[in-house]
Order: sequence, then structure tokens, then C-alpha cells
Amino acid sequence: MIPAKFDYVKPASLADAVAALQQAGDDAKIIAGGQSLLPVLRLRMAAPSVVVDLGGIAELKGIREDGDKVVIGAMTPYYDILRDDLVKQHLTLLAQAVATVADNQVRHRGTLGGALAHADPAGDLGAPALVLDAEMVITGPGGTRTVAAADFFQGLFSTALGEADILTEIRFPKFTGWRTHYEKFNRTAQAWSMVAVGVALKIDGGTISEARVGLTNMGDRPLRATAVEQALVGQQATADVAKAAAAHAAEGTAAPSDADAAADYREHLARVLTGRAVLAAAG
Amino acid sequence: MTTTAEPATPVSEIGRARTRKEDARLITGRTRWTDNITLNGMLHAAMVRSPVAHGRITSIDVSEAKKMPGVVAVFTGADLDSEQSGLPCAWPINAEATPPRHVSIAVDKVNFAGEIIAVVVARSAAEARDAVDAVEFDIEPLEPVIDLNDALTDRTVIHSELGTNKWVTFPFDSVAAGATSGPSADEVIAAAENDPDSVVVTRTWRQQRLIPAFMEPRSVVVDPTGEQLTVWSSTQIPHVLRTMLGVTLGLPEHKLRVIAPDVGGGFGGKLQVIPEEILTILVANKLRRPVKWTETRSESLVSGHHGRDQIQTVTIAAKKDGTFTALKFDFIADMGAYFGLFTPAVPVFGAFIGPAVYKFPAYKAVFTDVFTNKTPTDAYRGAGRPEATFAVERIVDELAAVLGRDPMDLRKQNWIKNTEFPYTNAGGLTYDSGNYEAATEKALELFDYEGLRREQEERRRNNDPVQLGIGISVFTEMCGLAPSRLLGALGAGAGGWEHAAIRMLPTGKVEVVTGSSAHGQGHETAWSQIVADKLGVPFEDVEVLHGDTQVSPKGMDTYGSRSLPVGGTAVVKCAEKVIEKAKKVAAHLLEADESDIDFAAGRFSVRGTDKGITIQEVVFATFLSHNFPEGVEPSLDSEYTFDPENFSFPHGTHLAAIEVDTETGKVHLRKYVCVDDIGSVVNPLIAEGQIHGGLAQGIAQALYEEANYDEQGTLVNGTFVDYTLPSAADLPSFITDRTETPATTNPLGVKGVGEAGTIASTPAIVNGVLDAIRHLGVEHVEMPCTAQRVWRAIQEAEQQGGAQ
Ligand SMILES: Cc1cc2nc3c(=O)[nH]c(=O)nc-3n(C[C@H](O)[C@H](O)[C@H](O)COP(=O)(O)OP(=O)(O)OC[C@H]3O[C@@H](n4cnc5c(N)ncnc54)[C@H](O)[C@@H]3O)c2cc1C
Repeated sequence: MIPAKFDYVKPASLADAVAALQQAGDDAKIIAGGQSLLPVLRLRMAAPSVVVDLGGIAELKGIREDGDKVVIGAMTPYYDILRDDLVKQHLTLLAQAVATVADNQVRHRGTLGGALAHADPAGDLGAPALVLDAEMVITGPGGTRTVAAADFFQGLFSTALGEADILTEIRFPKFTGWRTHYEKFNRTAQAWSMVAVGVALKIDGGTISEARVGLTNMGDRPLRATAVEQALVGQQATADVAKAAAAHAAEGTAAPSDADAAADYREHLARVLTGRAVLAAAG
Repeated sequence: MTTTAEPATPVSEIGRARTRKEDARLITGRTRWTDNITLNGMLHAAMVRSPVAHGRITSIDVSEAKKMPGVVAVFTGADLDSEQSGLPCAWPINAEATPPRHVSIAVDKVNFAGEIIAVVVARSAAEARDAVDAVEFDIEPLEPVIDLNDALTDRTVIHSELGTNKWVTFPFDSVAAGATSGPSADEVIAAAENDPDSVVVTRTWRQQRLIPAFMEPRSVVVDPTGEQLTVWSSTQIPHVLRTMLGVTLGLPEHKLRVIAPDVGGGFGGKLQVIPEEILTILVANKLRRPVKWTETRSESLVSGHHGRDQIQTVTIAAKKDGTFTALKFDFIADMGAYFGLFTPAVPVFGAFIGPAVYKFPAYKAVFTDVFTNKTPTDAYRGAGRPEATFAVERIVDELAAVLGRDPMDLRKQNWIKNTEFPYTNAGGLTYDSGNYEAATEKALELFDYEGLRREQEERRRNNDPVQLGIGISVFTEMCGLAPSRLLGALGAGAGGWEHAAIRMLPTGKVEVVTGSSAHGQGHETAWSQIVADKLGVPFEDVEVLHGDTQVSPKGMDTYGSRSLPVGGTAVVKCAEKVIEKAKKVAAHLLEADESDIDFAAGRFSVRGTDKGITIQEVVFATFLSHNFPEGVEPSLDSEYTFDPENFSFPHGTHLAAIEVDTETGKVHLRKYVCVDDIGSVVNPLIAEGQIHGGLAQGIAQALYEEANYDEQGTLVNGTFVDYTLPSAADLPSFITDRTETPATTNPLGVKGVGEAGTIASTPAIVNGVLDAIRHLGVEHVEMPCTAQRVWRAIQEAEQQGGAQ
């Protein structure tokens, strides 16, 4: 498992990182926690000539409050997210999803930015980002721009990030007081999702006033289950309501078929898990 | 106030749950793993492997690769064929035919994806790896033979010299073998089919292909210096390897030193003479430079031998009252593309243990060994016995379902009673000892069998989406390989003895040399405990040496749960020889008659007096030899080679509580209880560790693992992302316990423990899955019982109208 030869740079500033990427053209790769990139390099599925390590840029790491937003630096590892009070208070769905990712070792190294930029449809961070209306802040040769999660994911391992673009931070509106749950189904306990469902509900006086439901691995990118959301709004969070709404979970999806699960089984799982996630969120 | 320490009571070392003295270095990795070895001027080899499962090599062009930076040489099959000979198969089973030549490097044809077609040698491992991609080749694809039944049609024949893909059909018939008298299994089954008082149940299922998945990738370092060739290899079998290199390559055995330094697991996967060992030797010899080869994980999964892979048809006949009358196995076993050391014998190994704990008056087992264009199969933890145990324990549950009997009751009705030992089973094995009643009773209690049965009924009544199943496996197995005469009679190309030597050092420290080759089992600790007890020296004063043919010249190595029953016994016998010699010296020094000398706790004393001398003093006196008995050799060092008279037969009762989420098909192992009888125990902690690891691997077969090939013969899940090994997070805390019915065939009373957990657990889990959903109309779920498979089985049963 020896990667092809590459040069390694570890810039200390964002500007230097962009410059390094620009200089290398399409032949460069960013490395964050390396948890997805290193296997790719070792299996020689990619052979960049330059690897740019973002680990030396202090401003990319950390979690802060910015008015009505919680801002998470792209280089913040899962481990820190799990322990952060702002996240615990305002972004419970994110914390719930992060807790299901891999094992402790991977959570110490893997970063939120890396996970989102990697855009693995089986990855567990895309659906929560979508549900929680995350905004991706991207710095590239043309300056800095912000892309909504809904526009960020563009397909299998594909995002709005251009060649020399760096995802610098992820801005989340606060979902304070929302009831959330991330229901994950996997082959082994510490693996990616076969299917997962992230649910955030706003419940007023027993009635669901707002509902957001995201699906992991039901297409080439994270999806919102809008039909489920519509079926939930205005209803009491009962088992029957959850079940009836969940029956719509596979609508508009394009689940993959692979050795672990065929598409029809994934669709079935999406329905079952959605029902469970809604009930669990409603508590 | 003063405190008084408890007087130090001498604690016997044998039976102590010591932590393993080798673990600190093994766990930190700061030790002699083969890949950690670096020699002056060492080169690195990397293998070019065929991506095609079956094809003709029409061209190989190494010219670009040779120009790559750091590359010293590139060899193809044509360059090495005259020297490579063929890899050995020690147990072909079939005396009528010659096994197809198993080349280390393909010359004109490839027979599985992963087969080596060129070797690159470079100054660094990275440069060698880069140059692999620069070797250009064309392989004209031939029709790949993947499916076992398809292989048997001989539509495409893999080894044309054989004219067929079928290697052998090996029949075992209990009547022909003299193990039972009376009608044969075929006759009993035929009669039972027409007998209203009998029932016959036949099922067909698969034993999926598994990958041994040892932690340390294989690695070889070869050093040709002067006339001597030193080979370090991450192998389970340094001694066998040395002999086989002599036999196959014609290397002079006395100039050949094989070292298995610390080896990070094997599970049978390193019980092999591998192409890479041969090729590293050939290129090192050609270049007259040390060469290292270390595999990548991807190479390991695709080219290290696999295990299991059978289609099993199992028939049981019984009286309506539950009395078993016959058992029949008809197994088709996938050999893969070539034979390794034991490939064709592995399935057959299950023949003898097929009747398991039961009294079958008639038994037949037919094994058909078949070639396919896949990675060769060979021994994997349990080797033949897990397959047979699965077959018998699953079919007993099926029979119980047909008869409407409690599966445990049915087992009790038919098993060998404690009073009936020694007992010769229908497979011709004589079980020396056993107490299935005791182990079962303990297990049922720990498990709360009755309570869980009640919960199961309740969940059924309530139509709970989560159904509960109870899985049972009452197993026995044959291990401690093995009586040499028996192996010879069965056509094996080797004996089953083991060797030990003890060297008494002048300062009273002890070196124990063992032919068993530890690769994670904890021999250094266990052997030290044995010797400390037998010689009465401190545990810390014993050093165990193994795995280097220059230090430990004789051995048959480690596999088949043989180390303690065979190798440990050799150590005991050897220690007895030391004491026998030392007694003469002690008598002389104590001026007493040898017959008046007693030995206990490291001290020789004159019976009835307080005169005595420690073993260390005797050792030092022997070292000096100033005052020594006339005509006695001035050395206490001893050797012993032990050949067992029989296998050992561990047994146990394993119980699994399985929850099946009927909405998703997900299987959750809620509780696992096992009570194993492995005879006397030298170190309970090590024994427990072996059981735990064994359980994890057996459970993994039931629920998680499978090597999948596509129609082209490509291993589609050849990484640890898709070859789903479970981790601790997937498994419950096992509840393990023991009963101790000592083996009668060795002085320690021990039975092997290395494979028991794996052999027993797989059917317990699958039986539990079935027990949870049988009422929905499901009769079988193929392994691994993934959520999708279980869910589909429930769906299909529902469509067919559910339970009958
Ligand atoms: C054993 C194991 C189990 C796992 N299980 C799970 C699981 O259960 N669920 C799950 O969701 N994931 C799982 N993962 C993947 C894990 O979440 C990865 O950490 C994550 O996908 C990538 O984060 P990283 O920081 O390691 O990124 P890297 O591997 O360093 O990078 C990933 C990709 O993103 C790009 N990139 C990284 N950072 C940036 C940035 N700031 N701007 C632009 N591009 C960037 C890189 O160039 C690369 O292409 C697992 C990984 C392992 C090794």
C-alpha cells in the first residue's frame, strides 16, 4: 500500500494554501484528516503530484458563535465537535450524526470539512448539513464565496468546490430546541451508512410545526425527503403519523444497488428508518 | 501496630491466569516482525499480479519497468520457470492422479486473479511498487470457471492435463471403515423414506468462502551469505518450510536456516509454503543480495489462501421418537485454482468428526474436491471441522423443527453419555473422554434457557417486530494433530510429533526450545509455566526459544490446536528427563542412594532426612563437574520428541440469544454463553483469549464475512472496507465458562483450545437466527446472515403463505 510519489506542502496561511493549489493546477490534493484521502492514495486511485496539508492553518480549526449562527472551521475534527457546548445546544442532529462515524481513532483525525468535501454518498455528514441548512464558505483564487448545502453536493464524490478551492468553514443556523435524531443502519457497527435518516422537528404544543428529513445513501448525494416533511407538518407526532409519513421516504430517491444492499431493500430501509427516526426525535 | 505478611504459599504455576509475557513487545510492535528486519544492501521485491482469472499470457514487456528509477531487475515466468519447481501439496487425498503443478509464477497461463506473472526488484519498496505499474502485459481471457456446479460440468477445464475440474470424490462409509456394523447410511436412509415411523430431512446450503485476515501482512526476507541461505518469513511453519524448500527447490537443508520471528497471527492462513517465499529466494539467489518482500493488504486478501467454500447437502434419518439412525454428508468443496499444502485434505478433515457428539449407527460422508479459477483455499481456523460441525448442528435443528421437539432435548437423547466413554464414533475416532451433560447443564443455567424460551413465546404471541431466537451448538472436535501413524494411514506427507529441548544454564536459568511455532498464542508464557512447575524454578527464570531452525532444529510447528497437547507434552516429558538426570547428580552430592531421593518444588531431598539440595545447586555442580558421579554424562540438558497416541477431543455447549428485527432483517447477538471442556488448563487467561477470538471468527462467518467473486472471477470485496470483519463493537461480552474433563491421552490432561470457539459458534448463531424467524415460515438463511438476506427470507416466506 505505497502511494505514488508526491510533494508535500504545509502552508501556514489560507492565502499560501490557495497559491500552492493554484500553482499545482489539477494535480494537487488537499489533505485534512487523511481518513478518506490516504486510502485513496495508497490504493493509487489518485496520484497527485502535490499534497497540500491544511493542518498548519490555525484559523480553519475551531467552533465559534457568530450571531444567530454556529460556525465550524473546516479542519475541526469530529472529536471536538462531539464535545462542543455550542453544538450540543444548537446542533444536536450534527452531534448525533458525528457520534455514529467510525471509531474513536478516526474521529480524532477526520474533519467536518474533509467529510463534506469528500462527498461520499454513504458518509454521515451530508444529510445533516442539508437538513440543518449549512452554508459552505469557500475560498479560492477568485476570493471567498458561500454556497448553500443544497447546491454544494453535486453528485458522487462531487461538490461545488473548484480545483484550487478550499472549504474554510461551515455556518449553521441555530436549531435550538428542535427535536432531532439520526437513525443509521450499517453492516458493521463502525462502518459507513447503508442508509441513514436525519430528522429535525419543531414541535409546538404537541404539533409538528416544521419538519426536516434528510437521507444518507439514497442517491448519489444527500437528499431531503420532502414528501415526508410535508406529511408531518401540522400533525401530532404519533406512531401512526410517523408511519404514514415514512411511507413516502423513498419517493424521489435513486438508491444505489451494491453487494450490501439492493435498491429496493434500501428503499424499504429508508421507510422503516424514517418512521423510527421521527418517533425517536419526537421522543 | 505491625502487619504480618501472609506466609508465601507456593502456588502452582500450571493453572495460573498469568498475563502473557510476550505481549508488551507484540502489542507495541517494537519487535522482530519480518518487515522490521533490514539488512545491508537489501533489495525489495514487488509482485505483478494477473487481474484476469483465467487466461493465456500472450505477451509480457518488462523493458519500461527495467528503466524505472531504482529498478535492479525484473523477472517473468520464463526467466524463473526452470528453477521454480512446484509448490508442495502434502496431502493430495487422491493416490490415482498427480496434482496439477502449482507454479509460483505463471509462465503462459493464469488460473486466478492475483496469480503472480512478474517480479520486480528495486532498491526501495516504493520504487519496486512504481515499477509494477510499468510492466506491460496482455492476457487473452479464457472462460472463467467460478461456480462449483458449473465447474463440475467440465464445460471449461482449468488444468488440461487432468482432463476434468474434479480432483477426487472421497467417500467415507462407516460400515466400510468398520466404525459401525449393520446397514449402511444409504440403506438406512432409503428404508427410512418408506417407513412411517421414521423421518428423513435433507437440506442443501453453502459454506461461504472466508479470508483468514491475519493482522500482520505476510513478509519474507532472504539473505544469501556464503553458502548459507537465511529465510525470515511471517509463517506458522518454519520447520515445515525448511524441509519443503529442501524437497521442492532442492536447496541443501543443512545450508538453509528458516526463521519465523514474531508472527502477527495466522489462523491457518500462514500454514502454507507461499509463491512469494519461493520467488524471493530465487531472485535473492540470482542477484546474490538480500531481498525483502512484504505484501500489501490488497495483495493479502486476493492471494493469501482462503478458507471454507463448500456446497453441503446434509441428510439425517431418525425414528419419529427422535432416535438418530443415519447421517449423510455430500459436500462439494472449492479448491480454487491450485493446491496449497493441505488444500484437498481440508474438507476431508471433517469426515471423521461429522457424527460429532452423537451416536449415529450409520454414517456416510462424500467429499468432492473441485478446481475453480479462484484463489486457492486451504486451512482456516478449524479447517474442515467448522464445516462438518455446521452441517451436523444445523441439520439436528432442522430435524427438531420437523419433529416438533426442543432442539436441546433432541440432542440430549442422542448424544454420547458420560458413562459411555471411551467411545468410538461412526467416523472411526475414539473419543477418550467427555462430559456433555456437565457442560450443557452449566451453560443452560448461565444462559437462563427457560427464561429466554418464555420471552421468545411472549414475543411471538405479541407479534413483536423484534423476534427472539435461541441458537444451540453442542460440539466436539478433533485436534492436537496428530498421531503420526494415523496421518500416514490417511496419506498425509508428514508426521504429527513435536519436539522440545531444555537447556539448564549454569546460573540456574532455563532455556526451553520448542518446535511449536507461536504466532500470537502465548506459548512463551504457557511453556514457562509448565517448566517452572516441573523443574521447580521461578517462572521468570524460564526463556522459551522458538521459530528459528538453527535454535530449534526440529518441529512440526503450530496449527490444528496442537501446540499444548503435543508440543506442551514434549516439554513435560523433556523436563522429566532433566529431573531424572539431575536426580543422579543430587544423589551423588548428597551421598545418598538415588532411590532415596525425592524431588519437589525445585529441591532434591533425602527421604526421611532434612538433607537436600536445590536444582540450581545441582545445575551449577554439573557445570563445574568437579565432583560428579562416575560414568554419568556431565549435562542435564535434555530433548524429547512426543508423538501422541490419539487426537484430543475438546467439546462444549454454546448458546446464543439472537434478536431479529423482522422489519429490517437485522440480526443482533444479544447474549452468548459457552461452556467449553478443554480438559486441564495451563493458563485460564490464555485459554479464555483463544475462546474469545475463536468466537469472534465463528460469529463473523455466521453474520459478517464472505469473499465475493463476480462472474469474471474478480474478488469484488478485496479491501477491509467491503470485506466486513466485525469489531468488538459488533459483539456482546461473551459469557464463558469451563468444565474440566481431563484428556486421558497426555500427561497434562489438556485438549486443544485454539479452534474450538470458531468451530462451535457458527451453527449456534445461524440456528438462533432460524429459531427467531422459523415461525414466519423461514427454513434457512445462507451465511453470512446479513440484514438484507434475513429480510428477503422473511419476505419470501410471507409471499409463500408464511408458516405452514
Ligand atoms: C475506518 C473508517 C471508518 C469510517 N467510517 C465512517 C462512517 O461511519 N461515516 C462517515 O461519514 N465517514 C466514515 N469514514 C470517513 C471519515 O468520515 C473521513 O474522515 C472523512 O470522510 C474525511 O475527512 P478527513 O478530514 O479525513 O479528510 P481527508 O481524507 O483528508 O480528505 C477527504 C477529501 O476531501 C478533500 N478535502 C479535505 N478537506 C478539504 C477542505 N477543507 N477543502 C477542500 N477539500 C478538502 C481532500 O482533498 C480529499 O479529497 C470512515 C473512515 C475510516 C478510515
